[in-house]
Amino acid sequence: MWLRVGAMVARYMYLYRRSLARSGEVFFWPVMELLVWGFLMTYLRRHMLPSAIVWLLGGMIFWDVLYRSQQAITLSLSEDIWAKNLINLFIAPISVFELLLATCFMGVIKATITILVLGTLASVLYAFDILTIGAALLPFMLVLLLFGWALGTFTMGLILRFGKAAEALVWGIPFLVQPFSAVFYPVDVLPQPLRAGAYLLPSTYVFEGMRAVVSHGTFDIRTLGIAFGLNLVYLGLGSLFFGLMLRIVRERGHLSRLGME
Amino acid sequence: MPDTPAISVELLTKRFGDLTAVNGVSFSASKGEILGLLGPNGAGKTTTIQLMLGLTTPTYGDITILGQDLRRHRRDILKRVNFASAYISLPSNLTVEENLTVFSRLYGIRNGRRRIGELLEQFEISHTLKQVTGALSSGQITRLNLCKAFLNDPDALFLDEPTASLDPDIADKVRTALGEIQRERGVTMIYTSHNMQEVETMCDRVIFLSRGNIVAQGTPAEVLKSARSESMEEVFIAIARNGALKDVAEAEGD
Ligand SMILES: Nc1ncnc2c1ncn2[C@@H]1O[C@H](COP(=O)(O)OP(=O)(O)OP(=O)(O)O)[C@@H](O)[C@H]1O
Ligand SMILES: [Mg+2]
Repeated sequence: MWLRVGAMVARYMYLYRRSLARSGEVFFWPVMELLVWGFLMTYLRRHMLPSAIVWLLGGMIFWDVLYRSQQAITLSLSEDIWAKNLINLFIAPISVFELLLATCFMGVIKATITILVLGTLASVLYAFDILTIGAALLPFMLVLLLFGWALGTFTMGLILRFGKAAEALVWGIPFLVQPFSAVFYPVDVLPQPLRAGAYLLPSTYVFEGMRAVVSHGTFDIRTLGIAFGLNLVYLGLGSLFFGLMLRIVRERGHLSRLGME
Repeated sequence: MPDTPAISVELLTKRFGDLTAVNGVSFSASKGEILGLLGPNGAGKTTTIQLMLGLTTPTYGDITILGQDLRRHRRDILKRVNFASAYISLPSNLTVEENLTVFSRLYGIRNGRRRIGELLEQFEISHTLKQVTGALSSGQITRLNLCKAFLNDPDALFLDEPTASLDPDIADKVRTALGEIQRERGVTMIYTSHNMQEVETMCDRVIFLSRGNIVAQGTPAEVLKSARSESMEEVFIAIARNGALKDVAEAEGD
């Protein structure tokens, strides 16, 4: 099994080694984003309370972990659809689970690179040290990664089912959850009815937790448990959804038509 | 088990909504046989192959490949079969070597490097090893797809118009290579093609499909005889126009 998963990871790594534009996706856009937020922070720092401003940059970097994780999954499989390679994979003795696992690994790789690059830059350029979050950093990242996998699996199901028409969703899906994840502001800001919804998203607990750590140095560890639990639910639902879409696509005979429309 | 067919299909049916693409088709291929699936555009050849690979789920019917039920043992079967088509390809942004390496690992092939070298040589594209797949000509890509299809030394091979887009010279070389491999290893092949001459020389047996139904089958010689015709091309045209195999001489009188 690991040989096959490894083969797929190698397949995607070959791609990134060769294509500057694609590797740029891991470095370039996150860095650009960081610059915008960083300068905004520098400006605001002169006028406002510094601690609240730290939230912005922390929020942005954390958000990117979730985003890259979701993107890695969706882009990896889309890549094979565009390349008309999907059939080759589906008739190879690799299971769909192993295929998804390989794309999840890509998520880990990309998210790790993102956090390393952005963390370093933020500390050099804007004196924002992400390590101040301390020991909670790792579980926070993990929650975001896993939620990214769940969203990615769901998005992939849509792409499998609706093909090119759903491709805009690759980019869009994360932004459907962003407003409710309280990335840049506390959950209290949301109107009452939306707050309950916000607490259904694992990501919310991370952003709330991060702010708690930044302002009082601690956070409620129980929330982490809830976040992991929710992640399990979403990963389960995402996989079920993907499986269902795959079954429909097999019934309609669309597997071979993907990428040719 | 000399008598168990390598591939057998019973009452295979696939409906897409109101359209019946494959209509209760039954046939089998014995070990080492090259079976041609022929018929006009839209006859159901590609659909039949996709059903046999488990890419599409049948509405009805049973598929047994290498003695195993496809529904229950798809993973095991996939290790021992392969597929190539002019309509799928390997990622264009990877080199030939990278692409074949990835697939040799997916198939768990020991000594993958050597196997890749042998196959590239057999299909006369060794010099492309380090080239990016997207830079190959369509004929080279077709041959690369065939290399991929032979990586796992399959017992059964499905080829959907493998020689489409090849120039006559290369097509001939590919046929020769396919024939050689088939003789050496006794691969069972299901083969579709619109080139009737090719079918006549390559296939041990042919099945003509029309609108999802089998309308003629047998060795090429048998089919010609029963149609009282001299050429497969004529038989093909008669089937395409009448939807059934009538006596070709008679049909021409209509
Ligand atoms: N996924 C699908 N959804 C709906 N109809 C389909 C689908 N796939 C095939 N068909 C229809 O089923 C019929 C058989 O198609 P198929 O591709 O099997 O034909 P074919 O014999 O391979 O033709 P060709 O020689 O053009 O390759 C056609 O009428 C086609 O339009
Ligand atoms: Mg076809």
